[in-house]
Amino acid sequence: MKFRRLWAIVVKELRQLRRDRMTAAMIVGIPVIQLTLFGYAINTNVRGLQAGIADQANTAGSRALVMDMLATDVVTPVAKVDTPQQLMEMIRRGKISVGIAIPPDFERRRFEGREAVQILVDGSDTAVQSAVVQLAQVPVDSYKPDARVPAVSTPPSGQVSVVAFYNPERRSAVNIVPGLIGVILTMTMVLFTGIAIVRERERGNMELLIATPLTSAELMIGKVLPYIAIGFIQTSVVLALGTFLFKVPIHGSLLDVYLAAGLLIFGNLSLGLLISTRAQSQFQAMQMSFFVFLPSILLSGFMFPFAGMPKPIQYFAEILPLTHFLRLIRGVMLRGGALWELWPDVLALLAFTLVMMTLAILRFRKRLD
Amino acid sequence: MNSAAPEVKRDALEPDAQADGIAISAHGLTKSFGELVAVDHIDLQVAKRQVYGFLGPNGSGKSTTIRMLCGLLTPSSGDIEVLGLRIPEQAEDLRRHIGYMTQKFSLFEDLTVRENLEFLAAIQGVAKAKTKSRIDELIEQYHFKDRQKQLAGTLSGGQKQRLALACAVIHEPELLFLDEPTSAVDPESRRDFWEKLFELADIGTTLLVSTHLMDEAERCHQLAILDHGKMVANGTPGELTAKLEGRTLLVEAADPRRVQRALVAVPGVLGVAQVGTALRVLIAAADASTDDAASTRQRIGDALAKSGLKAEVADAPPNLEDVFVAATRSDSTRAREQKDAGRDA
Repeated sequence: MKFRRLWAIVVKELRQLRRDRMTAAMIVGIPVIQLTLFGYAINTNVRGLQAGIADQANTAGSRALVMDMLATDVVTPVAKVDTPQQLMEMIRRGKISVGIAIPPDFERRRFEGREAVQILVDGSDTAVQSAVVQLAQVPVDSYKPDARVPAVSTPPSGQVSVVAFYNPERRSAVNIVPGLIGVILTMTMVLFTGIAIVRERERGNMELLIATPLTSAELMIGKVLPYIAIGFIQTSVVLALGTFLFKVPIHGSLLDVYLAAGLLIFGNLSLGLLISTRAQSQFQAMQMSFFVFLPSILLSGFMFPFAGMPKPIQYFAEILPLTHFLRLIRGVMLRGGALWELWPDVLALLAFTLVMMTLAILRFRKRLD
Repeated sequence: MNSAAPEVKRDALEPDAQADGIAISAHGLTKSFGELVAVDHIDLQVAKRQVYGFLGPNGSGKSTTIRMLCGLLTPSSGDIEVLGLRIPEQAEDLRRHIGYMTQKFSLFEDLTVRENLEFLAAIQGVAKAKTKSRIDELIEQYHFKDRQKQLAGTLSGGQKQRLALACAVIHEPELLFLDEPTSAVDPESRRDFWEKLFELADIGTTLLVSTHLMDEAERCHQLAILDHGKMVANGTPGELTAKLEGRTLLVEAADPRRVQRALVAVPGVLGVAQVGTALRVLIAAADASTDDAASTRQRIGDALAKSGLKAEVADAPPNLEDVFVAATRSDSTRAREQKDAGRDA
């Protein structure tokens, strides 16, 4: 291997990258977009559900209760109606997803500790249902101790418990951001390198390159090096935004975070290279990347708990580099662990890289047949 | 002309290859892709410092042969020796000594002219100290002085080919493969391009050029005509055309299209091509069948008389196109004639 030839490839890649606006934009664009999407949009903490209110009691107490419910931000009032039937009608027509019905005898029911409020939910959306079922528990539970207190419009103490109830869910962002580093690295690294060599073949550059003294290893490593730097840039973007926007803590050492990211970057790049040696076109490389990307997102434990998956699926997920990275990064960032304490996953990522890189270099033939 | 003397200073190649001045020799070279035999038992000898041409239509096996000769494809069977190295076994050693210009533009379109040259200089191992002067020299020679910073993708067809050639020779290879280098280039650029090729031959480079253009083939020192993977003729352009002496006729007619239809059916006529208002007629060689060329002429006269069309028949000097037609048509035509008439050749 000659360093000069290797370096020539690196320089060429960087020059091409600089002129490839789309890819250059993706380097920073993907982390920013994904972080915003996963951090804000994909949030188990459901907010702003459209609600209709039928307050048939219309007492000071019932109005206070409605205000308290609205204050949780889980629902936004869009209609005030007279009867629960109207609410049901509106739910059926999709105008609202939540209806709050307060019966005329609200004060007496409350006083007697009976069911005082009914919340009608559009059950066709399970996320909405689970969010509102939790909301529905708020007034009943919070009003019970108040039940014997004279019916004045004291702000229900349940409001406090509402806040407490949603608090744990703010942690979902905390959980998602470290994993998101892994998801973004998996998506971009595999894709970039997956395309890297196929692109040369598609554009006809490969025929020129293989007719030169350039070796397979020089080409492979030269192609990969620039993307390692790009991977670390992406990691930094997600970390910075995660800390800035979502106050995600980094309990472990920052060096360990970058080391873990480095391990995943190497793994994904070598996987991308292997894809690149197999794919016949850039389109095929994209398809293969998504073939890896989807199970990574679904099975690694990023979206669904790893422990909840059937054993065979768990064994399969162990092959995916993202699975191991998630354990590492959550361990380091959230639990404050050290990388060496998590050595089995470090080892798994190293082994993955080694196998993929070897296969890629072996598979790449300096031949056209 | 092919003496070994000027070659001696060229490095480390096998002495016997140097001595007989052969750059490429191949025997029984065959390549099949599944059922398709792309190259069928080609024997080839290319002397050093020559411009050797492969002439043939698309799909005749020119590219496949070139790719096998530079070790990019593994032959199905046959032996190749290039610059004294056995191919494909020693293909890696060969790469330092050859330049290869692909049919499709294979430089990086998103790199500038200079960046492409820099990249190839590094890859091809041009000595670091020499790199800058070599690139400057090429930029000067290949007229890229004002375009150093232009992206290769924005160059015109002719400029691209010039850049590709400059890149292919950056390490001063002793053997240069060019696969249809000028197929997408205007005639003017083509002439300039060929000037460059002859300059390279002058400084001792061996060139193997494939083409489907007759005027390019005519410029080559030696020529091999390929058709359906077989080498159907080879020699200097002069030799090849000389063999056809007396077999090419020019038929002037008022209605060339109808005369053409009348003549195509005449036994012994290999090809009729319209050139302006005249027809170029190629007739089978005297020994091609039991008929000789003279009687084919007789039959042409008869056919014209019978059809009642007015036409004048005269001899015409043969050109490479006739060579090509004769080489590619004779086999099938002969076979058909034999079948039709039940005669032996």
